[in-house]
Amino acid sequence: MALFTYETKKDTRSGFGAGMEYLSQHNPKVVALCADLIGSLKLEGFIKNSPERFFQTGIAEANMIGISAGLTLGGFIPFATTFANFGTGRVYDQIRQSVAYSGKNVKICCSHAGLTLGEDGATHQILEDIGLMKMLPGMVVINPCDYNQTKAATIAIADYEGPVYLRFGRPVVPVFTPEDQKFEIGKAVHLVEGSDVTIIATGHLVWEAIQAAEALLEKGIKAEVINIHTIKPLDVQAILASVKKTGCVVTAEEHQYNGGLGDSVAQFLALNNPTPMEFVGVNDSFGESGKPAELMEKYGLNANAIVEKAIKVMARK
Amino acid sequence: MQTQEIQKISSQVRRDILRMVHACQSGHPGGSLGCTDLLVDLFFSTMNLKTDAAGKVVFDMDGKNEDLFFLSNGHISPLIYSVLARRGYFATAELASFRKINTRLQGHPTPHEHLEGIRIASGSLGQGLSVSIGAAQAKKLNGDSSTVYCLMGDGEQNEGQVWEAAMYAPHHKVDNLIAFIDENGQQIDGPTEKVMSNRDLQAKYEAFGWNVMRMDGNDATDIQNTLIKAKAALGKGSPIMIIMKTEMGAGVDFMMYSHKWHGVAPNDQQLEDALAQLEETLGDY
Repeated sequence: MALFTYETKKDTRSGFGAGMEYLSQHNPKVVALCADLIGSLKLEGFIKNSPERFFQTGIAEANMIGISAGLTLGGFIPFATTFANFGTGRVYDQIRQSVAYSGKNVKICCSHAGLTLGEDGATHQILEDIGLMKMLPGMVVINPCDYNQTKAATIAIADYEGPVYLRFGRPVVPVFTPEDQKFEIGKAVHLVEGSDVTIIATGHLVWEAIQAAEALLEKGIKAEVINIHTIKPLDVQAILASVKKTGCVVTAEEHQYNGGLGDSVAQFLALNNPTPMEFVGVNDSFGESGKPAELMEKYGLNANAIVEKAIKVMARK
Repeated sequence: MQTQEIQKISSQVRRDILRMVHACQSGHPGGSLGCTDLLVDLFFSTMNLKTDAAGKVVFDMDGKNEDLFFLSNGHISPLIYSVLARRGYFATAELASFRKINTRLQGHPTPHEHLEGIRIASGSLGQGLSVSIGAAQAKKLNGDSSTVYCLMGDGEQNEGQVWEAAMYAPHHKVDNLIAFIDENGQQIDGPTEKVMSNRDLQAKYEAFGWNVMRMDGNDATDIQNTLIKAKAALGKGSPIMIIMKTEMGAGVDFMMYSHKWHGVAPNDQQLEDALAQLEETLGDY
């Protein structure tokens, strides 16, 4: 039986674009910057409504981050946008000094994160960005799971005062969260109730986690599925309550083990409630070219991989 | 303000710099002394700063409807701290805490400790021009007709981000911005000509579309005249770059004509010798 159903599949980046279009009409303080990737970031709607509040920086991401920091000084809320590799790893020091350490209200919004970028290969498939951004003191890190949640997150971060990293992607994935949802930064979303194993997923892996829970149910295993859209600050109370009930946990993300969601969950549990744990993610390697589904299969980032890890971790209880 | 008045303040600021760096035995006196005349002119004469009814400067982070200054070469922090304190942003007594534990006067400037007058962190080089451009564009969006100023080092021109910003500002007609390059010809590993030649900075910035001017950054009269000329050129479609020749260590004879004092503090005797060359005009902190 399907635990969740959906009518359409859409890309999360289009959810970002829809959120920006909403903000262009509802928040005159929001300004957008882009490093020569308007189409990829779905910014056409924002630019059409508010051309005076859009800044094309050309292929110059370091400058884009600095300009964003400067724009906050007039009370504006800059959304700096590009691909995740160029918006985090390439400009880590600019974000560190001009945004995070300077405490500037800049939103770094990046598409094409992770393996699902596909054919362009490892130069563009950053799998370290969550780690890079969450290590910065004061930085909020968000990785929503579908179109509706990405749109809601985009709108919500404009009302939050402080630096935010918002990560989303290119492939079309099922739209299964409510259209009118209220997005609360740092608040986990319980998707499936269960008592045998906790599956904590973020981003594109949330849908895979639901699929895994269905497959496990067919084997008589009741998995609890939690959507952690905010990796930092982490909703530790939701994690603790679930893990105390199930006694074991699997994390799932389109990111390296090192520095990712699993790493944050493990750190919390090691200190507060040591629990058998397994990770679904990329284990210390770069990606490569291929179709998104092929890559997710090869690197073990899909429902099948989550099912395997769930069975393995339950045996360790 | 008369140039004699500015020179009197500059003498005191130079004393502050030397005493601060000496007290913690670390920091960058050379470039700080070299850029003293410019910063004193900007903060005491050229810039329009927000003040209360009594004429005392008031700091708020947004800085709307006042001129803003950004220090990109953050290592000359003793200079900006002294100028801000002497201008009234915070008590001069606080200068004694420079680079010491629990201070707001960190080795490199930051708003992280809520020091009045500092709006951005700098230290990792090459970022200040971008920030200044953003602040200038925010002023335009807000209908704020005041000016943004930015100081960079000449060694800092090695950084790629500077040239991203150099390309952006004329393209977007950021003509409410006056930037400076402190051309003292020195960087940590030696003369810029030897470490990484800037070749012809004027020709480079002109090719990028800037209105480029030159001045003697240690001549109060030339600074004043050039800034009058630069302000008259604002709002004409181009950002303005002033390449200013300075002498590292200016004001202290044995610290000039060498890069030795880029990041070295004077000992007790050297401090005494240096202070003997600089009149105490406003009272030491």
